[in-house]
Amino acid sequence: MNNMKLSEILKQDIRYKEALNACMNCGICTSVCPAAEFSDYDPRILLNIVQTEDDAELEKLLKSDFIWLCGQCMSCKTRCPRNNVPGLMINVLRRYSQELGYFTESKRGRQQYALNKVLNGNILGEGYCIVPESVKPDLHPEQGPVWEWIYRNLPEFYDRMGANLHKPGAGVLRKIDDKDLDEIRRIFEETGAMELQDAINKFSEQKAEDLGYDDMNQYFVDIFKGNV
Amino acid sequence: MKEPIYTVSRDYRKEIADDKYYYARSCIRQNFFPGSEVTFLRVLKENLGRDIWDDPHHTTCTGIGYHSDVVPFNTIQTVIARQFSLMTENGYENFVASCVTSFGMYIEITETWKHHPEQLEQIREYLKKATDREFMIPKNIAHTSDIVYKFRMRIAEQMKYPLVNRRTGQPLKIVDHIGCHYAKMFPDKGEGGAEFTQVLQGMIKAWGGATVDYPERRHCCGFGFRQYLVQANRGYSVSNSKKKFESMQPYEPDAILTNCPGCAMFLDRWQFVISEMHGVRYGKDNTTIPVFTYEEMAGLVLGYDPWDLGLQMHQIDPRPFLDKIGIPYDNDRMYKTKTGKMIGEYTPQQTR
Repeated sequence: MNNMKLSEILKQDIRYKEALNACMNCGICTSVCPAAEFSDYDPRILLNIVQTEDDAELEKLLKSDFIWLCGQCMSCKTRCPRNNVPGLMINVLRRYSQELGYFTESKRGRQQYALNKVLNGNILGEGYCIVPESVKPDLHPEQGPVWEWIYRNLPEFYDRMGANLHKPGAGVLRKIDDKDLDEIRRIFEETGAMELQDAINKFSEQKAEDLGYDDMNQYFVDIFKGNV
Repeated sequence: MKEPIYTVSRDYRKEIADDKYYYARSCIRQNFFPGSEVTFLRVLKENLGRDIWDDPHHTTCTGIGYHSDVVPFNTIQTVIARQFSLMTENGYENFVASCVTSFGMYIEITETWKHHPEQLEQIREYLKKATDREFMIPKNIAHTSDIVYKFRMRIAEQMKYPLVNRRTGQPLKIVDHIGCHYAKMFPDKGEGGAEFTQVLQGMIKAWGGATVDYPERRHCCGFGFRQYLVQANRGYSVSNSKKKFESMQPYEPDAILTNCPGCAMFLDRWQFVISEMHGVRYGKDNTTIPVFTYEEMAGLVLGYDPWDLGLQMHQIDPRPFLDKIGIPYDNDRMYKTKTGKMIGEYTPQQTR
């Protein structure tokens, strides 16, 4: 991959051709984009840069906060008169930003370390993207007093709701069998998910060291809270 | 009961299977609205007599990880192929997802396979090698709300509490929020498309309520995956919800009805946050607006106990809405276990 032009690398992803059919720069995507409204993100500019196939510009993009501002709502998909999908192109750009180690060059990109740890920890450990224990009230004040109350009483509360929290069998938040979790782990191994996780961890550890961290837990907390 | 006349073109109507479903649960709905999933199965089995398989062996689809870019596309395709394999193994052909983002991914992936058959073959190989499994692509893929929508008139026939203000006799005003991944990615796969979405509106009207076409009806709730999951980014999430609240405020809605489990949670929690931070509330006379999932709404009109539906999990107090309809509830049961024991301390919800 190292000898290839960046624009050619991007095209290796099947989603690239689904996401871009010659953008005419009308800007409808930007006018409906929630991220463009509340941040410096602009899907029209994004596709414009990708269309230039200018490697220097693309590298700048992959190292910037810009690609991490999209919220993946895909409103751009609905409105584009050319069937372009800037939100899908974002997935392609983020993929290679991580594989090439560019994501640690931006504050927003560095947050991937925390997302990887939490989400893949939950998926491979529990079989869910989210489990109630991971929604800690001190990190989620917006969840309010109701969630604090639920969190303090998880087993009793979920039992009241008819759930099957962390128990064998069917039902809400049941324990996923080890056999099923093993299958998910083998799928992750077979399809490149472990390599992606390794890349995120490796480049994050390098960046943390460059920034003077000797404790990855502190690095996690600081990127999660936006301090670094 | 007779089905109402459609106001949308046939182009925007989708095929929804009418029985024998394989059910795939939602991560967010299970965490924040467990009562909704319990209620969905109860309504399907007890009120509608449908066959739906609740399989303990399926896992997350990994959609939140995928849209947060920490799960590769090939990986989520293969995890979803495994869900389809479980469906096939259990003898089902109709797949029903409880999560809007999962639903969007199931459609995105099966469409990708249609356009790129070589990709489908690659995923079959991955799955075979990793798990020794094979799979059939479902004949029909629906979101759980599609099923409730399909049977909304059957539910209306059994209705105990129509969505009508008991004092005035007027239909209650309900604003809907569809959830981006239901129809924005593939409009022809959502009932009514992205433009004229019918799925929640159809339920509201069938059950006696009135809908309001507020300007930002189609705007995102602001989940944004990494924009909420990372604490530093949550301004994005609350700003988008605030935009919606301000847009619906002039219509003085009695409730918000949501399609996506994440949206239900955010439109509930961000009202609380804005009220705490700025003292601003968006309902009539500076009150908050109760938020409901469609399963909760179905359960309410069918006369299920509000606390069995899980309404005590909402930060915004749902009781003013129940009072308007005249749905009875026992405040003492709200914070109790099945056996009547108090669960921890009493925690007030946000009424004003």
